[in-house]
Amino acid sequence: MSTLHDEIQEIRSLYPESLSAVMPALQLAQVRSGGWLPEQAFRDVADALDLTPAYCLSIASFYDMFRLEPVGEHVIEVCTNISCGLNGAQQVVEAFESELGMHAGETTDEVTLRTVECLGGCGWATIVAINNRHRLHVKADDVPRIVAELRGVAWEEESGGPDA
Amino acid sequence: MAPTPEIVFAGTNGGTLTEIADYEAVGGFEALAKSRALTPDDVIAELNASNLRGRGGAFFPTGRKWSFVPKPDKIAKPHYLVINADESEPGTFKDREIMLRVPFRFLEGSLIAAHAIESRHVFIYIRGEYEAEFEVLVAALEQMRAKDLLGGVTIVVHRGAGAYICGEETALLESLEGRRGQPRTKPPFPAIAGLYASPTAVNNVESITSATSVMELGGAEYAKLGLENSTGTRVFSLSGNVVNGGNYELPHGFPLRDLINDLGGGIADGRSLKAVIPGGSSTVILTAEEAGKVTLDFDSLVGAGTAIGSAAVIAIDDRCCMVQLAVRVSQFYEHESCGKCTPCRVGTKWLTGILQRIEDGRGTQADMELLVSVADRINGKCLCPLGDSDAVAVMSYFDKFRDEFQAHIDGGGCPFDGGSSLDHLLAPVAMHVHERAPVHA
Repeated sequence: MSTLHDEIQEIRSLYPESLSAVMPALQLAQVRSGGWLPEQAFRDVADALDLTPAYCLSIASFYDMFRLEPVGEHVIEVCTNISCGLNGAQQVVEAFESELGMHAGETTDEVTLRTVECLGGCGWATIVAINNRHRLHVKADDVPRIVAELRGVAWEEESGGPDA
Repeated sequence: MAPTPEIVFAGTNGGTLTEIADYEAVGGFEALAKSRALTPDDVIAELNASNLRGRGGAFFPTGRKWSFVPKPDKIAKPHYLVINADESEPGTFKDREIMLRVPFRFLEGSLIAAHAIESRHVFIYIRGEYEAEFEVLVAALEQMRAKDLLGGVTIVVHRGAGAYICGEETALLESLEGRRGQPRTKPPFPAIAGLYASPTAVNNVESITSATSVMELGGAEYAKLGLENSTGTRVFSLSGNVVNGGNYELPHGFPLRDLINDLGGGIADGRSLKAVIPGGSSTVILTAEEAGKVTLDFDSLVGAGTAIGSAAVIAIDDRCCMVQLAVRVSQFYEHESCGKCTPCRVGTKWLTGILQRIEDGRGTQADMELLVSVADRINGKCLCPLGDSDAVAVMSYFDKFRDEFQAHIDGGGCPFDGGSSLDHLLAPVAMHVHERAPVHA
């Protein structure tokens, strides 16, 4: 695997001005750092683009998808904007809270659970992004199955519970 | 049900056209060949003849926008085409389906537009949350490169990172340049000094995709679709309390009630329609009665005091508390305010706070007046319309459903008494401060 520094140079070459590469560079650094941006990532991106870590942080802190704290192995994001809200998004949020034993906004080693603004799937509400992949038409009843799937637990269709 | 000629989605038969051979089999890239055989001015003339207007929300004539970009000999800098694929107006999900199902028609339009403004550099700014769509575009581009279709034009797909404000064109340009996505003052307009202070056209995905169809059909032929002042088809995003949500490509002028009742299968769960947001969350709400009278085009919706916006229709049934709706919409704009202009940064937070007080039964009659006053202090006082969107939208709920707001004051709480569809909805902006109720295991 090529180094982060080399890959950032490749990204940089796509743009007339290298500052444009800061966002894709941070995105790449975040993927490489387990889904969030530790201090070292800002130093690496800053070095690669001749910027300061502080500048890189000022960019990351503006955008919702950059994470400044560690995230769980899985990231579950429930859209609670209008159309999802009208179709039971809050019940979906509460089902995840109950199934995972945590509140939205919290992170465990296993999972980060949070609500997010419109994911652009309003006609297929409720939209839940799981590790950035969108699930459509999610209902509260679907949540135990989704959690079992993330945990790698086989799901018994007939009983509607984990396969014991 | 009215006929629904597919223009944007032509040739898909309900599926996708993601293999280049399949796209070529339905006439793909003929419009590009035709355009490249014409002078840039002739391409713009075709667009002007079609009267295609911007599908992102502002409805600005696409051909005119291109004609504002100076000729290369006037400003000796590179010219840029920037495509706004940062679709994030709540209710709107059309561009993602266009990119997923007809990526080549979209990319073909990008090359046509680049030819028209004499640009060799295209940037597609796609919202970060659209990961699958990004992958489809990158794969389609690879296929086009392999067939040598780019004609010396570079196309870079640049991913956003979660900021609604970057749908505003100058904020998008700031973001693309590697800064925080905060709107610029205008003038100068992007046509003169846009990306890297160079001449730039910024167009929406659906506008660009429709431009391919304009060049394929001819401007005059395209103009026969829809209405005189709202030509062509439009991909309407239907959501909310309808049976069949989804995207529907329809000619402009289609009756709103038919979209909801016929194509959308009517209101779900046997409830009745209460209100409709016709063009994305920033547009003025329509009561059910008003919604029954309008057609989906620029003039009809302006005549009804609202706008076609991003063509995102949200149907709301009688279970929804309008104060809760206002709280949730205001929370969205508060969360997405970039913080550059004080009236928006402070005003959206104030609007949310006042509305929440009213919803919680802590509101007074003075809060009703304060709401009007704060909205007035936001409207028209910022660099971009984000704050206005909050003020205009929530004040339209206030104006049209004032009795419901008053009932919250008079009754000391929400008259829905826990039965509203938006009850306790947890917005991201409130996530870190919400009351930690015990989790029910």
